[in-house]
Amino acid sequence: MMKIRLTLLAFLGCTVLSYAQEYFPKNDGVKAENDNYTALSNAKIYVTPTEIINGGTLLFRKGKVVAVGKTVNLPENTVVIDASGKTIYPSFIDIFSGFGVALPEKVDSDGRSAEFDSAREGFYWNEHIMPENDAVTKFKYDDTIAKTLRDEGFGVVNSHIEDGIARGTGVLVALNGAGNDGDRIIDDRSAQYFSFKKSIANKQSYPTSLMGAMALLRQMYYDADWYAKDKIDTKDRSLEALNKNKNLIQIFDAEDKGNVVRADGIGDAFEIQYAILGGGDEYERVADIKATNAKLILPLNFPDAYDVSNPYAAGYVNLSDMRHWNQAPANPKILAENGISFSFTLHNLKSPADFRKKILEAIAYGLPKTKALEALTTVPSEILGKLAEIGTLRKGSYANFLITSGDIFEKETILYENWVQGAKNVINDRTLKDVRGEYNLSVSDQTFKLSIKGTLGSPKVEVKQDTAKLKSKFSYTDGWMALSFATKDGDENYRMTGLVDMDSTDLTGKAVLPDGSENVFKAVKTSEFSEEDEKNKDQKEKDDSDTPEMVTVKYPNVGYGYSAIPEPQDILFKNATVWTSEDAGILENTDVLVKDGKISKIGTDLRGGNAEVIDATGKHLTAGIIDEHSHIAALAINEAGQNSSAEVKMTDVIDPEDVGIYYALAGGVTSLQLLHGSANPIGGQSALMKLKWGESAENMLYDNAPKFIKFALGENVKQSNWESHSRFPQTRMGVEQTFTNYFQRAKEYEVKKKSGEPYRHDEEMETLVEILNGERFISCHSYVQSEINMMMKVAEKFGFRINTFTHILEGYKVADKMVEHGVGGGTFSDWWAYKFEVNDAIPYNAAIMHDQGVTVAINSDDAEMMRRLNQEAGKTVKYGGMTELEAWKMVTINPAKLLHLDERTGSIKEGKDADLVLWSDHPLSIYAKAEKTIIDGATYFDLEKDAQQRESIKKERNRLINMMLKEKADGETTQKPKQTKKEMMHCESGVEIAVGQ
Amino acid sequence: MKNSIYFVAVLMLSSLIGKAQQTPAPAQSEPIVIEGATAHLGNGEVIENALIIFEGGKISFVGPATTKIDRKGKQIKGKGKHVYPGIIAPSTSLGLLEIDAVRATDDQDELGEMIPHIRSLIAYNAESKVVETMRPNGVLLGQIAPKGGRISGTSSIVQFDAWNWEDAAVKEDDGIHLRWPNTFRQGRVWMGEERGYQPNDKYQENVSEVDLFMKNAKAYGDGKGEDVNPAFAAMQGCFEGSQKLYIYADGEKEIIDGITLAKKAGVKKVVLVGGYHAYKVTDFLKKNKVPVLVQFTHNLPVYEDDDYDLPYKLPKLLVDAGLLVGLQNGEASNFQTRNLAFYAGQLVGQGMDKEKALQLLTENNAKILGIDDNYGTLAEGKSATLFVSEGDALDMRTNRLTHAFIDGREISLQTHQTELWKKYSGKYEGASN
Repeated sequence: MMKIRLTLLAFLGCTVLSYAQEYFPKNDGVKAENDNYTALSNAKIYVTPTEIINGGTLLFRKGKVVAVGKTVNLPENTVVIDASGKTIYPSFIDIFSGFGVALPEKVDSDGRSAEFDSAREGFYWNEHIMPENDAVTKFKYDDTIAKTLRDEGFGVVNSHIEDGIARGTGVLVALNGAGNDGDRIIDDRSAQYFSFKKSIANKQSYPTSLMGAMALLRQMYYDADWYAKDKIDTKDRSLEALNKNKNLIQIFDAEDKGNVVRADGIGDAFEIQYAILGGGDEYERVADIKATNAKLILPLNFPDAYDVSNPYAAGYVNLSDMRHWNQAPANPKILAENGISFSFTLHNLKSPADFRKKILEAIAYGLPKTKALEALTTVPSEILGKLAEIGTLRKGSYANFLITSGDIFEKETILYENWVQGAKNVINDRTLKDVRGEYNLSVSDQTFKLSIKGTLGSPKVEVKQDTAKLKSKFSYTDGWMALSFATKDGDENYRMTGLVDMDSTDLTGKAVLPDGSENVFKAVKTSEFSEEDEKNKDQKEKDDSDTPEMVTVKYPNVGYGYSAIPEPQDILFKNATVWTSEDAGILENTDVLVKDGKISKIGTDLRGGNAEVIDATGKHLTAGIIDEHSHIAALAINEAGQNSSAEVKMTDVIDPEDVGIYYALAGGVTSLQLLHGSANPIGGQSALMKLKWGESAENMLYDNAPKFIKFALGENVKQSNWESHSRFPQTRMGVEQTFTNYFQRAKEYEVKKKSGEPYRHDEEMETLVEILNGERFISCHSYVQSEINMMMKVAEKFGFRINTFTHILEGYKVADKMVEHGVGGGTFSDWWAYKFEVNDAIPYNAAIMHDQGVTVAINSDDAEMMRRLNQEAGKTVKYGGMTELEAWKMVTINPAKLLHLDERTGSIKEGKDADLVLWSDHPLSIYAKAEKTIIDGATYFDLEKDAQQRESIKKERNRLINMMLKEKADGETTQKPKQTKKEMMHCESGVEIAVGQ
Repeated sequence: MKNSIYFVAVLMLSSLIGKAQQTPAPAQSEPIVIEGATAHLGNGEVIENALIIFEGGKISFVGPATTKIDRKGKQIKGKGKHVYPGIIAPSTSLGLLEIDAVRATDDQDELGEMIPHIRSLIAYNAESKVVETMRPNGVLLGQIAPKGGRISGTSSIVQFDAWNWEDAAVKEDDGIHLRWPNTFRQGRVWMGEERGYQPNDKYQENVSEVDLFMKNAKAYGDGKGEDVNPAFAAMQGCFEGSQKLYIYADGEKEIIDGITLAKKAGVKKVVLVGGYHAYKVTDFLKKNKVPVLVQFTHNLPVYEDDDYDLPYKLPKLLVDAGLLVGLQNGEASNFQTRNLAFYAGQLVGQGMDKEKALQLLTENNAKILGIDDNYGTLAEGKSATLFVSEGDALDMRTNRLTHAFIDGREISLQTHQTELWKKYSGKYEGASN
């Protein structure tokens, strides 16, 4: 026993051993190698999170585990370290790190001309695609930062250049301060990284949007495939690298629950399963996240409470943000419960030093400790395919391990050491003994009461003389204790220090008295420190913090979200005034039966069996309003980086949490076309949606929806109203040529495709070919008659027709030509004067077009007007004298026809979808209120339920505000109040970004 | 077919009137009698089957049609129709901005922070195509206010049928417009800040700037300074009470701070404009006797957790609290000002009485702007500024004007837009014949 101790002490004196390469020359001394073994014995060893050895021994040599077990045969040349009472864990791994890899320098935009072409040569055409970047080439080890990571328990990180959409490969690095890069770099091509975020170092404007980034990634994969087939004559180092990195682990930086699903969707299309960096909000959509089957990398950046002490300022904070503060720490627990595999990352944490607090918070919220440990060891290792090397303490693994005083996920536990590749790093001195307790301290002729409390790592003292508390300071490091305290009158000090005797409970040493004379002190222990006492004292507080109170997650998780997603219900409306939007016209005193989500019967004295009966006497029942032109519920509107963006899809960027959906429902809207904006002549592909508030983005989309695309003409595509002079076209003349050029190319593309010859798959051309073949319909943003006429002629030349002109404010001038072409019009009721090209916009437009036989819809392009489209239809009665029947069709069956949805919705007809609105009054009047809005038989808006929601929002806000006030009172850090606000989207949203970037 | 019949009827009507379009109407030359219509007096009262007579630009009689009184002059059959006082549009930049996107047509926003001496009136374009589209919807008067800086300048009140700004003026330099700072400000996305709002660290500083300016303006007026300071000089009406101070504020703190500072500075008459959160400080507003020109109803809630219909009912909440409330749409595009009647109509769905809703646009707006001695209600002795609609003017389906008068002058209801309507309807009529 004695012998071991001596060895141990001797070992402690040594510096860390490094392992020289055998083939390296040595000129500063004799060449010698340390072939000794090291063993840690008598410890509780977590070989893996589930394989635990009590009283075990860990044997390692040259940085790798040789053996681990209850009994391990120790070779004679073994340095044995007693670790009894200690616990040993594999060191942690962070696979989403920027450690040692500097970000490129940000290029400042000059704010004027957008760059459309790439400034690079010999690489992919888009500068944000940089798979040729290898983090290892930029890697520079920084031990100061490494130490901050080791201090939290991390032994290995996977770094990459956190910049761009395709980011190249990562480098897997052990945080080994003793070795060199030869030791540290475990894998220099550890994984390939992607994101939706553009490079800060490049100015090329495409993509300006999320959907553009998604389309770019898809095209990139197609192009890589084409390149792999040796079909591209020129050298493309980006695609070459991408192909080379194909078999690596693929990691995607998504940083948001929706983006997790988006990234996974791209992967699915190319048979790639990314491991995905989440945003910490995955708990809000667990089912969708689970369906990805992706392994996640989770941040621990749970938000701080908002400082809501000023009630005015508190008013700015949305309930959804307050909730996220309350719920986010439950994210890991909820994902674990749902069987979703994840690792943790320090990414986005303000400081690595916050790590421990956050992980304990997650555990307090119910995350099982085993899962927490897995998320820091085996899961990240498994994601990287490195389970044999890191993340466990099995034989052959790197000797990366932690020595702790106990359960690492307990607050009091001290992390003593973090060994990386067999090299020791001391975080807290493990050799210190527990000096806590009550003492009688005597110095010279004076006696004091000394009480040492607090944690092992940072003990606190209290010194009393009689009953007077003296101002004191205490430290215990490197085996020595130091204590100083003031005299009673506070003017002078006693100072004392001594080496703590491991074999005695008393403390002794040298003292300096207030008069400067030297003496000795002796502190005799009278009682042991009791953790229980401490605990009891804090019991109440602990109860509160150990079982955090969590508010319910709603669908969607915003103020007006529902506790449960509305379900279809059989409903019988009795005695309503029914606006059929069909030839049947307006039926007084009529019953309508909704069954299985469909309009089952229309008539009088209907019986509905178990259907809920609603007395609609004096009320009006109509089909749900359809907005042919909307930009709500979207995360982006324009991909403005090129003059054609036919490859981008609005279905990629649906935001099912936009409260605008709820507002629209409250205005009787049930369906919409989510259109791309008007930044470019050829815009992006539309999304046709039903406003099923609470459902996922995917569940809001129409099944087998007709395909649409946005085109645009005039000032926006010419970029007339902002400083941009570098993108073609700048005139209406150029707009025509843009279209003919693209369609000609599409024609040629199709010929090639049909020829059976190999061809390069082009997402943009594929979309345009669909248009040529009448498989995709155009909604074309248009204002003045010349361009409207031109567009029809271009379409006719290529043998298709324009489906809808939207805005079409001068449609009244060419209504005859429109009828001849067979195009419909979706227009504003009375907008004008906002730009030069609407000078001749008149509110009589809808009526004139209608009278000439054009199918006319009134649409919004505006989140506010959208919720009053019934009134906007009413304006056509004033302007141009439409009949009320025809006016009403302009927001129901007419837009349904324009969207090719009229077989399913848009009118009250037996067999159609039960998309209905019950109005308090004549639906075209300014006095009408939507009382119920129903989609597929499920009630998504109900005036009575809305009233309850208001009450519950008030209560929940109050509850969370009180919780946050308590948090502040408890001394926790808080953040300034803020109001999260989504951008109000319309046609031109994001147009100017093309300029700014 | 019904449409074209209606169209022809309007055509005939306009040709009967025989007025050259868009030419300002001459002074009233003979008495005009409207008999049998429902008269909405604009003060909350209504007279069914009413008789209205005006001559020399002034209303000489309003009462039941059963009244025995001489009905000489031009007769307008009012049966089935509705008569309303001309709608007043406060806090608008009509005539200062023609086309939003064309900078050359924009005269609403001058450089500088404290520029009360900037006067809207002289830039008011009486021939604006946007202004003339107000009239067919019954909006006949407006307060034209500049929009720049912290103190934007001085507004004037005009009528919407004039040759030039001088004869458009109804009340010259009626008030000063102060855009109160916000305690929260929008994130600067281009500087890497989050979109959305965060505390404005400069709020108190901004308030101090206003405070300092007010104190200096007051001192300037009290003293006998030799050099003219145009900005300080322009504020004197507010201290004397001849001009009102319009404070644009939405938050509770901002409202309280703004009004408190103005009163303290010696401003006699204060009006709150906007007032999104005014419903939370109604006691304060009442105590200080501050009327509110509340923002129009066709708006979205500003906060995610607000009632979806808060903007719809906001004016009603203030009226119910006993405040003097008018309605404006200064934050909307100018062309939308023609929808003022419908903004009021929206309140009826929220449970407000129709006549009370109308009153916000007529008597209340007139009172708040200080032109109620002559405008805002149908009353004997007041200006004959009124319109006749075929139906309920607060509902878009029935807001169809047959006549409109400003100071007794029968104004044209034709516009650039009706001309185009006629022109192109004519094109197709011709083609089908």
